[in-house]
Amino acid sequence: MTRLILRRLALLVPTLLGLSVLLFLWVRALPGGPATALLGERATPEAVARINQLYGFDRPLPQQYLTWLGQLLQGNFGVSTRTGRPVLDEFLARFPATIELSLLGLLVAVGLGIPLGYVAARRQGRLVDHAAVVASLLGVTIPVFFLAFLLKWLFAVQLGWFPSAGRQSSAMIATHPTGFYVLDGVLTREWDASWNALTHLVLPALALGTIPLAIIARITRASVIDVQHADYVRTARAKGLSGPHVRGRVILHNAMLPVSTTIGLQIGLLLSGAVLTETVFAFPGVGKFLADAVFDLDYAVLQGFILLIAVVYALVNLAVDVSYGLIDPRMRTR
Amino acid sequence: MTDAPQHPAGGTEPLLSIRDLEVTFRTEAGSATAVRGVSFDVRAGQTVAVVGESGSGKSTTAAAVIGLLAGNGSVTAGQILFEGEDLVALGPEAMHRLRGSRIGMVPQDPMSNLNPVRRVGAQVDETLEDNGVARGAAARARTVELLTEAGLPDAERRAQQYPHEFSGGMRQRALIAMGLAARPRLLIADEPTSALDVTVQRTILDGLTDLTDRLGVAVLLITHDLGLAAERADRVVVMYRGEVVEEGDARTILTAPRHEYTRRLLAAAPSLASRRIELARHGGHVDEPAPADVPPDGSPEHRGTAPASASPALAADASAPPLVEVEHVTKVFTIRGRGLLGRSSGFTAVDDVSFVVPRGRTLAVVGESGSGKSTVARMMLALLAPTSGTIRFDGTDVTQPDRSAEVAFRRRVQPIFQDPYASLDPLFTVYRTVEEPLRVHGIGDRAQRHARVRELLDQVALPAGLLRRYPAELSGGQRQRVAIARALALEPDLVVCDEAVSALDVIVQSQILHLLADLQERLGLTYLFISHDLAVVRQIADEVCVMQEGRIVERGTVDDVFDTPRTTYTRTLLDAIPGRDLDLGRPA
Repeated sequence: MTRLILRRLALLVPTLLGLSVLLFLWVRALPGGPATALLGERATPEAVARINQLYGFDRPLPQQYLTWLGQLLQGNFGVSTRTGRPVLDEFLARFPATIELSLLGLLVAVGLGIPLGYVAARRQGRLVDHAAVVASLLGVTIPVFFLAFLLKWLFAVQLGWFPSAGRQSSAMIATHPTGFYVLDGVLTREWDASWNALTHLVLPALALGTIPLAIIARITRASVIDVQHADYVRTARAKGLSGPHVRGRVILHNAMLPVSTTIGLQIGLLLSGAVLTETVFAFPGVGKFLADAVFDLDYAVLQGFILLIAVVYALVNLAVDVSYGLIDPRMRTR
Repeated sequence: MTDAPQHPAGGTEPLLSIRDLEVTFRTEAGSATAVRGVSFDVRAGQTVAVVGESGSGKSTTAAAVIGLLAGNGSVTAGQILFEGEDLVALGPEAMHRLRGSRIGMVPQDPMSNLNPVRRVGAQVDETLEDNGVARGAAARARTVELLTEAGLPDAERRAQQYPHEFSGGMRQRALIAMGLAARPRLLIADEPTSALDVTVQRTILDGLTDLTDRLGVAVLLITHDLGLAAERADRVVVMYRGEVVEEGDARTILTAPRHEYTRRLLAAAPSLASRRIELARHGGHVDEPAPADVPPDGSPEHRGTAPASASPALAADASAPPLVEVEHVTKVFTIRGRGLLGRSSGFTAVDDVSFVVPRGRTLAVVGESGSGKSTVARMMLALLAPTSGTIRFDGTDVTQPDRSAEVAFRRRVQPIFQDPYASLDPLFTVYRTVEEPLRVHGIGDRAQRHARVRELLDQVALPAGLLRRYPAELSGGQRQRVAIARALALEPDLVVCDEAVSALDVIVQSQILHLLADLQERLGLTYLFISHDLAVVRQIADEVCVMQEGRIVERGTVDDVFDTPRTTYTRTLLDAIPGRDLDLGRPA
C-alpha cells in the first residue's frame, strides 16, 4: 500500500510538469494580454509596455516559462496582476470556501443518490423506479449554471427561503480561525454564524450536487439490480440470514464497489462545477476567483490556481483509490 | 448442539413429502410450467438424489422446497410437507425462520456463492447468530469448530481470510460448514461438487457424506451425474422435462431402469466401462449411443477390440509421420512482483512436455485444473508462444514467427472451446458465424460460401432452418454443433477440443462425441482433446497423456492407461470418478 502511494506521488511529478507547459501556453494563447485587461482598451502603448516589463511579459516565452518554473519550485506562485497579492495567498484564502461547498455538494450527491438508486432498484419496474429513472435522467442532462439560476430565482428571489449570494451575511460579525465558516462558528461557539454560513451553502451545494447525485443514483440502481440476483445473495437467504443483514452486508456492500469508483470520479466534476456555481451565487471561492481571472487575463492566477487544483484533484483521487481497499478486500492484496 | 441426534433410518412419517408439486414461471411470453405433478418423499437421515439434465426441473424443485424460487416463479399446485407442515402455505416470515435452522443448503458453484467482501469466518458467524445458535465470542469459537468439522485445515487462521484467498475446494467446505451450522434436519445439496476437480470432488463428497451420516441429516442431492447419484444416494428420483419419470431404490434404478428416458440417460453416461466410439464398422453411420458391448468388469483379457485394430483406415494412417510433434516444450509465466521494486518470479505452467499426435487419431491430454493442459492447447493453437522447445505441425516449426506461414497454419488448425454460450458471438447469426472464416480467408464467392455453409450445417446435423438464428435462440448442444461447423469450415487437419463437451448434459454430450467421432472417420480429422473428464476421454481418444503440475506423468493407449495405470496419480484420478465401480445400465 505504501508502495502504491509512493509510486502514485512519483508519477505526479511528470504529470504536473506536462500540465505546467500546457497551462503556460494556453494562458498565453488567450486573446489580448494582461496589460490591456488591466489598463483598459484606451491604454497608451507606453503604459502597456511598462506593465509588460514589470511582470516580465516582454521576455521570450521559454525564458518566461523557466522563470515561472524556478519560482514554483521555491513555492512562489507569482503575484496576481489584478490584486497585487501573492497567488498562493489568494488561493489559500478562498480554498476553504470551495472545500465547504464541494463537501456539502458531495454529501447531497451521496446522501441522496445512494438511497434513491437503492430504492429504485428494489422496486424495479414500479412507479418509484420509473420516477427515479426519469428524475436522474433530468439531473444528468440539466446544465449546472441553468439549475443554479433556477434554484436562486425560486428559493432565494421568489420564496426568500435562502440567501442568494455570498458565504455569510455582511451584517454577521464573526471570527474565522480556520476559514471554514461553518466549522469556525462551531469552534468559537458562535452558533448563529455557523447557521448563517450553512444557509448560504444550501442552494450552491444543491446546484453543484445534482449531476453527481443523478449519476450516483443511476449507478447504484444498476449495481443493486445486478447484485441482488447474485448467487451469494441467494445463499445468504438460504442459510437463514436476516433480511436487514442480507440487504446491508450482502447486497448494499457489494453494490457499493462500482459506486465508490463513480464517487471518486465525481470529485473532479465537483471541482469544475464549482466555477459555474460559485459565479452564479457570488460565492467567494476558488472557482469564482478563477472565473474572474479569465476575464482579467490574470496569467499568474490562472496558471497557479489550475495547477493547485490539479494537485488537489490528484491527491483526492489517490485517497479514493487507497480507500477502495476498505470496501473491497480483493484490492488489498494487489 | 454438537451431539448427533439418534435417528431411525426410516421412520413412519417422511421428513419431507412433496405431493403433486407444480411450479410456474411468469414470463413476458406467458406462463411456463417448469415442474408438474412431482411427488416424492425424503425420510429422516436418508439421502435422495434427484437426477436429470438441465431444464429438467430438478433445481426448481429444490428451490421450491427452501422457498427461494426466482421472483417470477411460484408454486401453483401441490404441497411440500416438511415435518408435517405445508411449506407452500407458510408466509415469507415463517419460511425465513425455517431456512438455515431446519432446512440448509449447499449451493452449486463455490466460486460465486460466498460474499466476496466478508471474511469467511464472519460469514459462518452470522449464520450462527441469525439462526439464534450462538453469539459473539461463542459464535466465533463455534465457527472454527464447524470449519474444522467440514474439513478445512487450519480453520482458526483461515476464518480470518476472505473468499478470494480460498481454493474452490476450501470454499465448498466453508459453504458446507454454513449449510450445516444450525444443524438443519434436511440439507439440500444442489450439484455440490460439479464445479470442482474430480479428486477434490471425491474428498468433499466423502466429507459431506460422513458429516450428514453422523448428524443424521437427510440430504436432497440434486445432480446431473448418475454415477454420483448411484454412489451416494439411497433413493433416486429421475426427472425429465418437469416431471418425475422414475423413482426407486438407487441400485435398482441404475441396474434395471424401466423408463425409456432413464435408459437413454444411462446409455449416454460416460463411465470407465465405456469404450472408444467405433464407427468404421458401421460405415460411418452414427447410431444413438448404444450400450457398449464389452464385459462389465473391463478386465484386460476381455479387451478384444483395441481401437488401433478396429478401423482399417486408422491403422493405415498410423504408419504415416505424425501430424504434430511437440518436443520439450516449456511455458513459464512471469508473475509480476508486488510494488515498485518487487521482483517478478516465474511460474512454470508446462514443464518439458513432449508428445506426438498421429494423423487421423485422437490424443487426449487429461489433468486437473492447474495441470497445464489448457496451456498446452493454447500453445498448440499458437495463441501462446512456448518459452522453450518446438512444436512441429506437419513438419514445420510453428513457434517461429512467420506471417504467411501463420495464416496457413491457422487455416489448418481450428479450436472448439468449452463454453458454447461464451465462444459464439451473440450478435452473429449461425450463418455469419460459420461463414466468417471462409470470408476472412477469401474462399469462394457469395454463392459458393452459402453452399458450403449449408453443407457444413448438414455435416453437423443441424437443420438449414437455423441459419438465421442467433446463439441465444439455440440450445447448448446446437451451439456446440455450430462451433464445430465453424471449426470445420476451412477443412482443417487438426482440431483442438478444449473441454469441448464439458458444459453439456450427458445425452447431448454423448451425441456430440458421436458426431466428433463420425467426422473424424469421414474427414480424416486429427484431434487434440483436452479434458478433465476421464470417462469422456475413454470414449473419444486413442492415446492419452496424463498431466500433473505441468508435467506428463503417464502416457499410453487409452486402454493401457485406464486399465493398468502405472502412477498413483492416474489411479487417484480414476478412483475419483463417481460411480466407477457401478456398471450403469447393465444388469449386475
